[in-house]
Amino acid sequence: MTTDHDHDHDHDHDHEHDHDHDHDHHLPPQALRAEALEALLLEKGVLAAGAVDSVITRYTERVGPMNGAKIVARAWCDPTFKEWLLADGSAAISEFNLEGGQVEKLVVVENTAAIHNVVVCTLCSCYPWAVLGLPPTWYKDPAYRSRIVREPRTVLAEMGLALAPEVHIKVWDSSAELRYMVLPQQPAETLGLAEAELAERISRDAMIGVAL
Amino acid sequence: MDGIHDLGGKHGYGEVSKDAVAGTDAADMGPVFHHRWEAAVFAMVNAGAQAGAWTNTDRFRHAVERIDPVAYLSHGYYGRWLGGVETLLVEAGVITTAELETRLAARLTEQTAQVVTSSNEHVAARPASQPEPLGPAPQGQGSQRAVAAAPRFGVGAEVLTARTVSAGHTRLPAYARGRQGRITALHGGWIFPDTNAHGGGECPQQLYTVTFSAAELWAGGDPHFDVSLDLFEPYLRAADSSPAQQQKASA
Repeated sequence: MTTDHDHDHDHDHDHEHDHDHDHDHHLPPQALRAEALEALLLEKGVLAAGAVDSVITRYTERVGPMNGAKIVARAWCDPTFKEWLLADGSAAISEFNLEGGQVEKLVVVENTAAIHNVVVCTLCSCYPWAVLGLPPTWYKDPAYRSRIVREPRTVLAEMGLALAPEVHIKVWDSSAELRYMVLPQQPAETLGLAEAELAERISRDAMIGVAL
Repeated sequence: MDGIHDLGGKHGYGEVSKDAVAGTDAADMGPVFHHRWEAAVFAMVNAGAQAGAWTNTDRFRHAVERIDPVAYLSHGYYGRWLGGVETLLVEAGVITTAELETRLAARLTEQTAQVVTSSNEHVAARPASQPEPLGPAPQGQGSQRAVAAAPRFGVGAEVLTARTVSAGHTRLPAYARGRQGRITALHGGWIFPDTNAHGGGECPQQLYTVTFSAAELWAGGDPHFDVSLDLFEPYLRAADSSPAQQQKASA
């Protein structure tokens, strides 16, 4: 239904194709319009040469879920830090010196055996960029945004997370400038691992709340 | 605004794409940008703001809400942003639609022309002929602002949300209107998007987290969940069913 979906669909049938290769065949109209606008803004000096590349570098190399994973790993290893993180997320993460924007006030919500948290933005696609990077495609699509506030258990099961019926789900719809991140439960088999090892095992999806 | 963007609780959008969900191991960060043009749109949003085409995020969000509704559903996230940024650049006089169309025509090949010619149907942007004024400059960094009046509600207070909204920007989604919820956190004063998006100034308001039971939002279905939203004080009034809580809140 969306461009991104169309792209994924093509991709399934076209695994070997390089994206740039079949450029003109697959680009949707809005892609051509974006390229035309880019050319116009470069001409006018509104857009700096290199600005696009620096966006790509920033959000593929420096700003991403690896930052959130470090914070979660610290919380799993350090009970004092965890308490601070849950009480005042923004203050607790200040020492990580994160860039990336979109997190003026971070609220971290903790999963327990009885409570599972999941994050959405039904009105647009607000997301804690500084700790999780830019959102995945499904997070921005109508299916997730419409359904997770209405039938969260069903949507989570479709996404591979089957929760027991007695687990209470808390859905956080980011309708103002607060940003939410889930603190997953530490898997028992990872107890005792070093912080850096733990960070490598924590997924983006767990910090949104659609995986454990 | 009762727009196409207000998706919470709407039926009919199908399953969440499993392809896009892949990547639950930490090594797979998922695709940040599927194509270069998406990153270009991201960069142009930053550039447009720096050029003064808009002065706050609320105005940008509303420009995205104002795009063609068919485009909203079919153009994807960065396609929606593109519609918003074009709308605001034209309204601010940074570019004209004619200039953009000229650059677009120059880029079309025979093949791509079949996709885009003839049509406004693929144009998401909807610049107004008489745009709203940009309004005053931001009164500080970020979105938190002091509010002189004390919060009307305390944690635990039962509140009712407004039943209707204006045709402009708002952050009270349709599914949470006219519903009773409980205040679960106070967040102090924040810029009010409903005025700020329209050049009406920051008008900061108290912000609360309000938690709604599944049963209150949706008749029937799974009762074992709740939904929390961050809502501004003008969206809320004390619920009649909890006079004790009202007294507590106003004490």
